[in-house]
Amino acid sequence: MGNQRRFQVWRGDTHGGNLVDFDAEVNEGEVVLDVIHRLQATKAPDLAVRWNCKAGKCGSCSAEINGRPRLMCMTRMSMLPPQLPVTVTPLRTFPVIRDLVTDVAYNYQKAREVRSFMPPKGVQPGEYRMQQVDVERSQEFRKCIECFLCQNTCHVIRDHEENETNFSGPRFLMRIAELDMHPLDAADEEGVDRKRSAQDEHGLGFCNITKCCTEVCPEHIKITDNALIPMKERVADIRFDPLIRLFRRKRG
Amino acid sequence: MTTTSSPPPSGVAQPGRIPSARVAISARTLRTDRWWVSPLVTAIVLGVFVVYTTVRLFMRNDYWVGEYHYLTPLYSPCLSNSCAPGSSHFGTPLPAFPLALPLPILILPILAGFRVSCYYYRKAGYRAFLLSPPGCAVTEPAKKYTGETRLPLILQNLHRYFFYLASVLLLINTYDAVSAFLPADGGFGVGLGSLILLINVTMLWLYSLSCHACRHIFGGRLKHFSKHPMQYWFWTQLSKLNGRHMQFAWTSLITVMLTDFYVMAVSAGWIADLRLFN
Repeated sequence: MGNQRRFQVWRGDTHGGNLVDFDAEVNEGEVVLDVIHRLQATKAPDLAVRWNCKAGKCGSCSAEINGRPRLMCMTRMSMLPPQLPVTVTPLRTFPVIRDLVTDVAYNYQKAREVRSFMPPKGVQPGEYRMQQVDVERSQEFRKCIECFLCQNTCHVIRDHEENETNFSGPRFLMRIAELDMHPLDAADEEGVDRKRSAQDEHGLGFCNITKCCTEVCPEHIKITDNALIPMKERVADIRFDPLIRLFRRKRG
Repeated sequence: MTTTSSPPPSGVAQPGRIPSARVAISARTLRTDRWWVSPLVTAIVLGVFVVYTTVRLFMRNDYWVGEYHYLTPLYSPCLSNSCAPGSSHFGTPLPAFPLALPLPILILPILAGFRVSCYYYRKAGYRAFLLSPPGCAVTEPAKKYTGETRLPLILQNLHRYFFYLASVLLLINTYDAVSAFLPADGGFGVGLGSLILLINVTMLWLYSLSCHACRHIFGGRLKHFSKHPMQYWFWTQLSKLNGRHMQFAWTSLITVMLTDFYVMAVSAGWIADLRLFN
């Protein structure tokens, strides 16, 4: 037999909305998504929620639970303070469609703006050969499930919508870092400078490394320490460090 | 919390609906945890450090214990003719300073620049002082944000230069720590002060070696680790330290303050140095 908990779920659409109170039964071991589904089944059949795998691998059920960006399927009810109502709202950074569902098209647009992997000339798929030590940095970033919690929590666009044009967000700056560190990426040979692109086109300079992206990542990717800061240092090599440039020129 | 008085929608698309409207929640945050504790503690500790060091830098006394060769890290190296006799390990190439000028005027910008532009302190400072943002998913008060794209914050990208200069100072601090085991009457001696200076310089080494710029310089910039096994090894070891950069940043900040306080206490005669050997 479960216990009763008070839920406040944001319901509405682009016209507006509000937090609606629900009392719901919660059983041992359940996660927030289980309770949202129970609300759908018993009290609010038209409640819109996006979900898929229920295992923290598809990145669909991103929401803000008690104000913190989280996956609903990975947030156990037992970790939320029992004396307070559980607040569930949609991601604040993206346009709301209805209830807990937002339009994350911004992210797909930014994904398209990142130049894709460029293998060396003459190397065909199936012929890629690389050593583990060379590729393991990039592999960490491949764990990303594209839940866009990092994009949602990044204050550069969360609090300043006007920066959306010039800033691609941590997920896609991490994608650039992944490619720039990739041992077989030959973008340089194709005349594509990923470091300059990160700084000039994707707004790396907007990032003030306050690490919120890392804090909310459900895959525990060290986005700031392993992707964003190394990219800032790589940009510093070419943009802010004349000694490095001089040294490289001398070395040829 | 309520943003409009309209009832929950039916789910049917309505004419005139506004495209691209974010969810309208007026509350600055809905977080229920004590998210403000961390920036508050950061602001208090950093504030105490800044006030303490400012006072100490203008005191111009009690920074050197000649008997045991204890020199506080805040005054090392002391390069002016105004320095206490014996405290200038590298001579006094600078003239006497007027009272209004702190003796470590040359090293102060390096130490401050290294800490201020440090990737960890940037996070701490932006959150605690600029409230940009004060906490994750907590709306920041500023209406406009340009980050590190413009002056003055674009200068944070010079962190590696401060790292180079601070490394030189660290070597001098190491010399000071070794000197603290070689008291004025000759031979080898160990006092509580020499151990404190040793601990302090160890924490400074750990803080500097765990620096993100250091990690980049020693191998992070490479694309193919397999072609540079030595650099890869260094990068791997530094990456382990880098994971604890925040702890080293705080610990070294506090050890600098405590070391200076101990040297001041011994130098001023408030306490006698506890001698363990010779």
